[in-house]
Amino acid sequence: MRENDLILQTVSKVAVFIILTFGVYLFLAGHHHPGGGFIGGLTLSSAFVLLYLAFDVETINKGLPFDYKNVAALGVIIATLTGTGSLLFGSSFLSQTFAYFNLPIFGKTELATVMLFESGVALGVIGVVVTIIISISEDV
Amino acid sequence: MTLIHLFVLVPILSALLIPFIGKWFPKLHLGWAALFVPVLLFVCFCTAIPKVAAGGPVFGSVSWSQALDLAFSVHLDGLSLIFTLLITGIGSLVVLYSIFYLSKERESLSHFYAYLLLFMGAMLGVVLSDNMIMLYIFWELTSISSFLLIAFWFRRKKSRYGAQKSFLITVGGGLFMLVGFIMLHVITGTNSIQEIITMGDSIREHALFVPALVLILIGAFTKSAQFPFHIWLPDAMEAPTPVSAYLHSATMVKAGLFLVARFTPIFGGEAVWFWLVSGIGMFTMFWGSFSAVRQKDLKALLAYSTISQLGLIMFLFGMGSAALQGGASTESVIYTKAIFAALFHLVNHSTFKGALFMVVGIVDHEVGTRDIRKLGGLLPFMPVTFTLAVISSFSMAGLPPFNGFLSKEMFFTASLQAGSMNIFSMDTWGPLFPIIAWTGSVFTFVYSMFIVFRTFLGPYRRERLEKTPHEAPLGMLISPIVLCAIIVTLFFVPNGLSHYLLAPAVHSILPSYQGMEGLIPHISAWHGFNPELLMTAGVVVIGALLARMYRAWQDVYELFPASRSLDRGYQWLLTGSEIGSKKVTNLYMTGFLRHYLYYIYGFLIFLTGGTLLFSGGLSLRFSHDVPAAPYEMLLVLIMAAAGVGILFTKSRMTAALLNGILGYSIAIFFVLFRAPDLALTQLVVETVTTVLFLLCFYHLPEWPKEDRSFKVRVPKILISIGMGTLTVLLALSVQGNKLFDSISSYFEDSYDLAGGRNIVNAILGDFRAFDTMLEVVVLFIAGVGVYTLVKLKIPKGADDHERK
Repeated sequence: MRENDLILQTVSKVAVFIILTFGVYLFLAGHHHPGGGFIGGLTLSSAFVLLYLAFDVETINKGLPFDYKNVAALGVIIATLTGTGSLLFGSSFLSQTFAYFNLPIFGKTELATVMLFESGVALGVIGVVVTIIISISEDV
Repeated sequence: MTLIHLFVLVPILSALLIPFIGKWFPKLHLGWAALFVPVLLFVCFCTAIPKVAAGGPVFGSVSWSQALDLAFSVHLDGLSLIFTLLITGIGSLVVLYSIFYLSKERESLSHFYAYLLLFMGAMLGVVLSDNMIMLYIFWELTSISSFLLIAFWFRRKKSRYGAQKSFLITVGGGLFMLVGFIMLHVITGTNSIQEIITMGDSIREHALFVPALVLILIGAFTKSAQFPFHIWLPDAMEAPTPVSAYLHSATMVKAGLFLVARFTPIFGGEAVWFWLVSGIGMFTMFWGSFSAVRQKDLKALLAYSTISQLGLIMFLFGMGSAALQGGASTESVIYTKAIFAALFHLVNHSTFKGALFMVVGIVDHEVGTRDIRKLGGLLPFMPVTFTLAVISSFSMAGLPPFNGFLSKEMFFTASLQAGSMNIFSMDTWGPLFPIIAWTGSVFTFVYSMFIVFRTFLGPYRRERLEKTPHEAPLGMLISPIVLCAIIVTLFFVPNGLSHYLLAPAVHSILPSYQGMEGLIPHISAWHGFNPELLMTAGVVVIGALLARMYRAWQDVYELFPASRSLDRGYQWLLTGSEIGSKKVTNLYMTGFLRHYLYYIYGFLIFLTGGTLLFSGGLSLRFSHDVPAAPYEMLLVLIMAAAGVGILFTKSRMTAALLNGILGYSIAIFFVLFRAPDLALTQLVVETVTTVLFLLCFYHLPEWPKEDRSFKVRVPKILISIGMGTLTVLLALSVQGNKLFDSISSYFEDSYDLAGGRNIVNAILGDFRAFDTMLEVVVLFIAGVGVYTLVKLKIPKGADDHERK
C-alpha cells in the first residue's frame, strides 16, 4: 500500500546516518554538555522511525531484526539493575560514581557508572517509541 | 550484607533459575534441583544454633533508603531460628515428598517449584526481617505465593475460588497490619523492631498505641486463620497436598503466631493484647476442633484441626504476655511457661500436622478419594501409612508416648492458670478458660480418632474407591517417617530441644526476664497425679465415648446450618461489593471521552485552584520582571494566534500543524532562555509526536459535525477557561512566592558530587535517579499498554465475560 517514494528514500539513506551519529553524540555528551540518555534515545528512535516511514516495515525488519518490546524491557532491566549494583558496595540504591582513567587513544577519560544507567534509559525510550509507532502503523 | 541476607535471597533467586533448569535438563524432575536449596539452608541455619543458643543474635543491615527509614536488616535470634529451621526443614521434606506426589509428565513443575521457592524466601524474609516495612513486603509476598500455589490447578473452579478467598483475606489483613506498622513508626520514629523493643514502656501512653496494637493483631489473626477470619483456610485446601502440608499447616499460617511472638515484648502486658490474643485464640481452638469433627473430607478436617491448633498456640502466647504486666518479677514468672509451651507446641504441631497431611496425601494419591465416608479398611493394604497415621494423630490428640502429649499438658497448665488469674479482671471470665480448653481437647481427640479409625479400619468397600489401594512408593514415605521419628524422639528427649531452641526463643520474646530463675522449665513426661493428668484422662474417656457414639449426637451440627455460616457472609460481601462497585463505576464511566476530560480537569481545577486560593499562595508581583524583548512578544503573538486558530480549524491536519507551531515555538523559547537540553528534548518530542499523529490519522473517523447545543458547549467552555486561567495563575505564582531557600546551590556542585558539568543530567541520572528509573518503568508500561491495546484481538466466540 506504501507508495515508492524515491526522494524520501534517498534522503533518508543519508539523513539516517547523520541522525544516528548525532544521537550517539548526544548520548555520550550528556555528562558535561546538553544531551543524555533520554534525548539520545529519542533522537536514535526518530532515526528508526524515519527509516520505517521511508521504507516499509518488512524491509526494515529484515535489516534490523529486533523485537523492540524486548529492547524496551532490556532498557528497564538495565536501569533497575545498575541501581542495585551500588548495593554490593554498601552504598544506597542508585548511587552513582565516577573516576578518571588513562585510556589508550582517548587519553585521560572520565568513566561514570551513570552512563550504564543512562544506556538503560536510552534503550527504554528507543524500545517504547518504536514499539508504539510500529504497532499503530501495522494496525492497518 | 551478611550471610543471612543471602539465605533470604537464595531461594528467591533460585526461583528465577528454576524455569531455566527445566529447559536445560528436560529429563530431570525439577524437585531434585529445588530440594538442594532448603537442604543447604537447613544445614546453614543448623550451624547457627550454638551461637544463638549462647545468647548472641546475629544482626546485619543493608541500607535501602535512609530518608524513608527503609533498610533490609536481618535479625537472627532464638525466635527466628526456630522458624527458619521449620521453614527449611519441613521445606526439605515437603519438596522431597512432592517429587513423588507430582507427576513430571502431567504437571507444570517449573511453575510449582518456582512458586514454592519464592514462598520459602518470602517466609524466611518475614521471620528474619527487623525492619517493619521489609517484614510487610515479605509478608504480602507469602500471600502472593500462597495464592499462586493454591491456584496451581487453576482449571478447577474451586481452586480459583479458594485462592482468591485466601488472597483477599490475608492481604486485606496485611493492609491493616501495615497501617499498624505506620502508627508504630509515628509513635517511635523508627522502623526497627529491636529498637522499638528497647524503648520499653515509654511508648505505652501514646494515643496510637492501642489502635496500632489492634491493627497489627488483625494482620496476625487473618494470616493465622483465627476466628472469624479462619474461613479461608478450608478453601485453601484445594492446593496440592505438599503445599497444604507446607504453607497451610507448618509455615505460612504460623506467620501470624510469629508476629504475635515478635511483638509481645512491645505490646505484652497490655490488657487489650491479653484479652484479644488469648480470648480469640481460645475460642478459635474450640470452634476449630468442634467444626473439624463434622468434616467429610480428610483435608478439610485437617484444615479445621489446624485452625484449632493455631488457636491453641495463640492462646498460649496471650497467656504468656501476662508475664509482662507490671514488668518482669518473680511472681509473674509462672506465666512465662505459657510462652515456652506455645513455642514447644508450635514445633510439635509442625511435625505431627506435616506428617498427617502427607499421610492424607498418600491416601488420596493411592486410593483416589479423601472422602471419609468412602474410605475404610485400608490397613491391610497400607500398613506403613497406617502406622504413620497412628503416630501423628495420637500425637495430635495428646497421647503419650508422643510429643503432643507434653505440650498438651502444658496447655492445660496454662488454661488452669488462666482460671485462677487475678489480673486483667480475669476473675470474672477466667474460670471459663479451662472448661473451653478441655471441651476443645475432647473434640480434638474425637477427630484424631476419626482420621485413624474411619480411614484404616472398618469395612473395606472397593466399589466406592477409584483405584485399588496399595502402599505408597518408598520416596513418598520417607518424609512422614522422618517426621514421625521426630515426634517420638521429642517425647523422650525434649530437653535438648528446649535447651538449644526453645530457651533462646523465650529469651528473645521476653528480654526483660533474661536469666531469671524458673524461666525455662524442665520438661518431663511424668509429673505426678495433678489436674492436668486428670484432664487428659477425662479427654480420653469422654472422647472415646463421643467418637463411638457420633451418630447419636451428630445432630448438634444441625444447629449451625451452612446458610447462616460465616462463609455465606463472606460470599454475600463479595458479590455485594462486586455489584456495588459495578454500579458506581457504570455511573461515571459513560464512554464519552469528554466526560473523562471533565473529571480530570475539573478535579484539577477544584483541588489545585482551591489550594491556590485558600492557602494564600496566589501572588501576582510583576516588579522583578525583566521587560520582554520585541522578538519574544512576536513569538507569543504567533503562539496565541496558533492556539486560537486551532479552535476554528475545519480539518484535523490543520489542527495538528497549528499544534506543532505551538510546540516548536516553545522550543524556540527554550533556546532564547538558554535551556539547550529542554530545547533539544522539546524539538525531538514534537517531531515524534507529529509522526505519531500522522500515523493515527488513518484510524480516525471523519471529523464529525460537532454537537453545538448549549448543553454540551457550556461545560466545555467552562473547563477550558478554568484550566487556562489556573495554569497561568500557577505559573505566575511560582515566580511570586519564596517559601524556602533555593536548593539549586546543591546542584551547582554537580561536578564535584557527580563528576558531570551538565547539571540537568546530573539531577536526572544521579541526584534524582529514582525518579528517572521509575519514569522509564512507566514509559515501558505505557508502551506495552499501547501494544496490547492495538494488537489484542479477542477471537470470536471467546468468553463474553472478558469483554463486559
